[in-house]
Amino acid sequence: MEFAISILLSGISVGGQYALIAIGYTLVYGILRLINFAHGDVFMAAGLMMVYLSASLPLSVSVPLMVILTVALGFAIERIAYKPLRSAPRMSVMISAIGVSYLLQNLATYVTGGLPQMYPSIPGLSASVTIMGATTKWVTVVTPVLVVILVVALTQLIDHTKVGMAMRAVSRDFETAQLMGIKINSVISATFIIGSFLAAVGSVLYFTNYRSIVPLSGAMPGLKAFVAAVFGGIGSIPGAVIGAFLIGICETIIKGSNWTVFSDAFTFALLIVVLVTKPTGLFGEKATDKV
Amino acid sequence: MLKIEDLRVNYGGIEAVKGITFEVPDKSIVTLIGANGAGKSTTLRTIAGLVKPRTGKITLDGEEITGKAPNYIVSKGITLVPEGRRVFPDLTVLENLKIGAYLRKDSLTKDLDSIYELFPRLKERSWQAAGTLSGGEQQMLAVGRALMSRPKIMMMDEPSLGLAPLVVKGIFDIIREINRQGVTILLIEQNANMALHTADLAYVLETGRIMLSGSGDEVLKNEQVKKAYLG
Repeated sequence: MEFAISILLSGISVGGQYALIAIGYTLVYGILRLINFAHGDVFMAAGLMMVYLSASLPLSVSVPLMVILTVALGFAIERIAYKPLRSAPRMSVMISAIGVSYLLQNLATYVTGGLPQMYPSIPGLSASVTIMGATTKWVTVVTPVLVVILVVALTQLIDHTKVGMAMRAVSRDFETAQLMGIKINSVISATFIIGSFLAAVGSVLYFTNYRSIVPLSGAMPGLKAFVAAVFGGIGSIPGAVIGAFLIGICETIIKGSNWTVFSDAFTFALLIVVLVTKPTGLFGEKATDKV
Repeated sequence: MLKIEDLRVNYGGIEAVKGITFEVPDKSIVTLIGANGAGKSTTLRTIAGLVKPRTGKITLDGEEITGKAPNYIVSKGITLVPEGRRVFPDLTVLENLKIGAYLRKDSLTKDLDSIYELFPRLKERSWQAAGTLSGGEQQMLAVGRALMSRPKIMMMDEPSLGLAPLVVKGIFDIIREINRQGVTILLIEQNANMALHTADLAYVLETGRIMLSGSGDEVLKNEQVKKAYLG
């Protein structure tokens, strides 16, 4: 029983961390129709920045500073690597994204010398807690709560604010949105800022669990979050969140039942099954366009 | 007054507009007519800022607005109702209207009331997704959305496209009504008959050049126009 609870808890927790990354993929795809391959590496960069910042600054300063720098990184990537390609074929932007991804990984290798870096322990999150007999870290409990709060806040922003309305309009029709007076580039920047912010928060939760950071640390969680976004229907926020929780829980169950080696394989097998049977995912937009 | 001087625009690798000059006097209804590919849409899109001209000059009340960004053009009081209506299908009718006023910061209540008065059907459907409206209703919504920016000049690209004749008549009645309320109209149409009967001033475009101009009635009586556009 305790074992089952502890598996479920950690599954929900990992799922929540994937969800925070997956939203970044899905938001950007919704607006630019771009798979932002660099997103997982922004997540890794957030982790590394935290390592270096916390070495000389107290947590109360380094955490917010890390969030700000991550947001700035996401913003800068869009402005430098994607914006000049706005009218280029979609494939060019995607290649640019892959380039940024490798650039970040290589920069990380250069900065760290390729050595794994130890994520700082964050007192409130790293401490142990016992729930219904199962012992775990506080981060396991905090993650789902925080994810729900952030997702609700984000949906409110998108459904009920002017920026949100502009985001929905731009995601549907660039040109007509411009005719309304909307500045497309500001809306796209806002999307990257939100995505990077969530990745920064996700990195704190994720790396508190998996404390060793290497330059490729963003690749696997990034890919899994991407699968979650596809599974839920890329472009859909609730889809990405539900997809992420499902993948997180299934993965932990597989790990818990001594099939650890297959846990990654499961995720990607799921991707193949989804793409073959329901390419638009659980909540994906229909392919038909009504004129 | 909107003035277009010697405007040349390349579009899709060809010169779609080949040096046209025309004027849109305040509070008038002006129409550009011409066959497909005459450069009508490109002209409106260039004025709206969606396309950059190769050469030429566009001035509004003396201020040059050539090649400015669309949001600047909207803020100056020029709006475009695009071809095919292009309402935002997943936004509600009310949201579509609100987004038309995106650059405004004052209260929208009065404007919404007057648009609902002009189009009672939109009020009944204000909570419906715009994608579920009929073609005629979507055209009304597109016009209402454009009016929400409180334009001085409303440009309309083929408002009658794909609509039933009775609905088209309704749309033109509305265009006249909006003009009576003080909005200048620049209209392009393939339905030349309807457009010329409505317009104060008409220009006939042929493959990127203005071939003829005059009052709506004059152009309507022109033998060449009769043969080519009125059948």
